[in-house]
Amino acid sequence: MLEVRGLSRRFGGVRAVRGIDLDVPAGAIVALIGPNGAGKTTSFAAIAGFVRPDSGSVRLDGTDIIGWPPERIALAGMVRTFQITQPFAGLTVAENIRIGAFLRESHRNAATRLARELGTELGLGAWLDRPAAALTVAGRKRLELARALAARPRLLLLDEVMAGLTPTEVNETVALVRGVRGRGATILLTEHVMQAVTALADRVYVMAEGAMIAQGTPREIAVDQRVVEAYLGKGAAARIADG
Amino acid sequence: MTRGLWIALATLALLPFASHSQFVANLAMLTAISAALGQAWNIAGGFGGLTSFGHVAFFGLGAYADAILQTRYGFTPWLGLPAAALLGGGVGWLMGLATFRAGLRGSYFALVTLAFAEAFRILANSIGITGGGSGILVKLHTSAGNFQFADRRAGYAAALALLALATFAARRLAVGRFGAYLMAVRENEDAARALGVRAVRVKSAALALSGALTALGGVLYVQSYLYIDPPTAFSVERSVEMLLVAMIGGAGTVAGPLLGALAVHAIADTTRSLVATPGVAPMLYGVVLLLIIGFLPGGIARFVTRPAHA
Amino acid sequence: MALLMPALVGGLLTGGVYALVALGLTLIYGVLHIVNFAHGSLLMMAMFGAWLLAAKFGLDPLVALPLLAAIMFAVGWALYRFVIGRVAHGDDRAILLATLGVAVVLDNLALVLFTGDTRTIETPYALQMIQAGPLLIPLAKLIAFACALLLAGALWAFLALTDTGRAIRAVAREPEGAALVGIRPDRIFALAYGIGIACLGAAACLLLPSFYVSPQVGGVFVLVAFTVVVLGGMGSFPGAVVGGLLVGITENLGGLYLGEDLGPICVPLLFIAVLLVRPTGLFGSVR
Ligand SMILES: Nc1ncnc2c1ncn2[C@@H]1O[C@H](COP(=O)(O)OP(=O)(O)OP(=O)(O)O)[C@@H](O)[C@H]1O
Ligand SMILES: [Mg+2]
Repeated sequence: MLEVRGLSRRFGGVRAVRGIDLDVPAGAIVALIGPNGAGKTTSFAAIAGFVRPDSGSVRLDGTDIIGWPPERIALAGMVRTFQITQPFAGLTVAENIRIGAFLRESHRNAATRLARELGTELGLGAWLDRPAAALTVAGRKRLELARALAARPRLLLLDEVMAGLTPTEVNETVALVRGVRGRGATILLTEHVMQAVTALADRVYVMAEGAMIAQGTPREIAVDQRVVEAYLGKGAAARIADG
Repeated sequence: MTRGLWIALATLALLPFASHSQFVANLAMLTAISAALGQAWNIAGGFGGLTSFGHVAFFGLGAYADAILQTRYGFTPWLGLPAAALLGGGVGWLMGLATFRAGLRGSYFALVTLAFAEAFRILANSIGITGGGSGILVKLHTSAGNFQFADRRAGYAAALALLALATFAARRLAVGRFGAYLMAVRENEDAARALGVRAVRVKSAALALSGALTALGGVLYVQSYLYIDPPTAFSVERSVEMLLVAMIGGAGTVAGPLLGALAVHAIADTTRSLVATPGVAPMLYGVVLLLIIGFLPGGIARFVTRPAHA
Repeated sequence: MALLMPALVGGLLTGGVYALVALGLTLIYGVLHIVNFAHGSLLMMAMFGAWLLAAKFGLDPLVALPLLAAIMFAVGWALYRFVIGRVAHGDDRAILLATLGVAVVLDNLALVLFTGDTRTIETPYALQMIQAGPLLIPLAKLIAFACALLLAGALWAFLALTDTGRAIRAVAREPEGAALVGIRPDRIFALAYGIGIACLGAAACLLLPSFYVSPQVGGVFVLVAFTVVVLGGMGSFPGAVVGGLLVGITENLGGLYLGEDLGPICVPLLFIAVLLVRPTGLFGSVR
């Protein structure tokens, strides 16, 4: 469904993403992991049309979408969330979610109903009529997720929606993401919470310093030497093995 | 509470018809035009957060469209209404596309609208079809067919009709999808685009709607005063008044501009009856604007209506 | 050609003073990141100040320049400290509207105090001309140009070489970082706003011998000042100087080729064109 080839982007002297390849088959949950600053968010932004890549191609269902503005990509069925949450601060939580709902549901009553249901389902029930600015960090993360889900994407890009959640909340969210896939959506996510990655992902890609260094099933990745080194520093794998 | 407010406003709006005083009717007409223009500004500036310092550009275009069509081409002034709306809307749309595509926001947008209004003023001042600096005089000939009324109450009715139209438009924004998109773009453009909102289009459409309504205000002006010249048509003071009415009343609320127009006219008329020196009343507007920004960012509407997020 | 040269030179000379006006604006933008819509109105106030000092106390504007610059510094400092900084809560739109509110108050205050009449002053050098080859150059404008560039240089030196200047530039680049090393940003903000407005005190004294003042001139200058600043690049010091000269020239050439009535359209059109085509201006970095 999503095919990324040779995607690159630099910011001044920083090569944030260096020619990565990535495939997300329809119906799959794919995780993109890597240490802080690896280039995950930048990759998402480039895929979803928010930053223009310096080179490379992004195909959605076979169509090259490089250069498309984000709203066109969203209309084509790919919706992203923001790691640094971006609420519509002056609108209520329900109104926030309703903006997403309007993408597929132009009737306002139906959109409102959908937004309130989804908000309640994601544990925002008590907050629906309060301004989004009043939410806690965890609440904002859920709002990001709720808004994106309300847009009924075919391909959902989740950028660290579980960061800052309690273990119970992580479990709830994992179940929720499974449910979304169960309803036919494809998911690409980044996450530092490994428990969630292991529980969800069919396939894992690992980035470090802008490059794709490994890919495989969660099980394969867990024992991959390059991955351990990327996270813990050079020689770590050997030290662990020795230790 | 909100319902009570609307009933009170509607009653207040009908009162001048009961009076036979042309003075009262004139006052009511001016207030209604201020409210209508403030509401027009509010559609772009309040709901869309598109702070314009040059909205008078649309007012002047509408006024000239109406004046030119009837004096130079002999059309009925009733045609001035759709013509002005079309021109104001078209220019608003194009201005929006040009500025929003270029990524102008906030202060830059405010300044660019001011520059557009100034460019139009200079143009009107120097070309032939507008009569240049001497302006256009419309012949006095009161009749309904001529959209000129001897009784000021008829002029007031026309102003109320425009106010009702603008308020209806604002009301639709407050509840519908387009308005929700507009407010989403105001609050966070990137987040809105991620959810499929075509931000440039939404903002341009809001500016077009706002421009069309403002241009209609220009037509009403010409039909009441039967004269237009560049400094009146494109005065910075009118741009500021539109903004002021919306900000004082409560930008981004449906009732705000109505309350704002009442407040601004109350300030102006009381001051003028106390001190004759020109400048005192507008100076107070500025002070009130500063106070509102500093202490009551939601405007008067915050007092009168229940806050939406209680 | 016989008309072109005087128009160019005249524009260049006026442009020098525009540069000084715009320097104040660009300094305020560069340090506080606010668009000071009250700039034109504050210039108008300063011009009335210069007019008062000349008409009532017989003080030549050039003599009054340091005094008026000091007064305007105090006005700017207090205005930021007690009005703009207080009212705006750091929100961009609120700041813009606050400066608009200040402009409305000042314009109408001037109307109340001085009526709408147009005022000029007489100086012994107002009508003197200097022969430079085939050109006749008005002495007042030449003096204004020279003083404006001198003051621009002095301001640059102040920002580049003194401790206070360095503190201002530090706050402009990194307010949080500057706060960490003990600089108080709120003080620097008021200071920078004061200096920006002091430029207007000086500019007023340079303008008045060859220009007039009325409550409306604020509206005339505000667009000119912003055109200079966006043309040069918001926040750019050399940009303001080059932009000032270019706008002065553009204005005069517009008057020459498009006529008295249509000529002034060049300034708003230049402003719109720059923002639509190259919002970063000639010297600006990417916003
Ligand atoms: N707008 C930008 N301007 C300059 N540098 C940037 C920008 N965005 C990202 N970078 C740099 O690009 C690199 C990759 O950042 P990115 O946010 O994509 O990493 P990430 O993998 O998402 O990290 P994290 O796990 O912390 O979210 C970093 O070095 C970052 O500093
Ligand atoms: Mg990230």
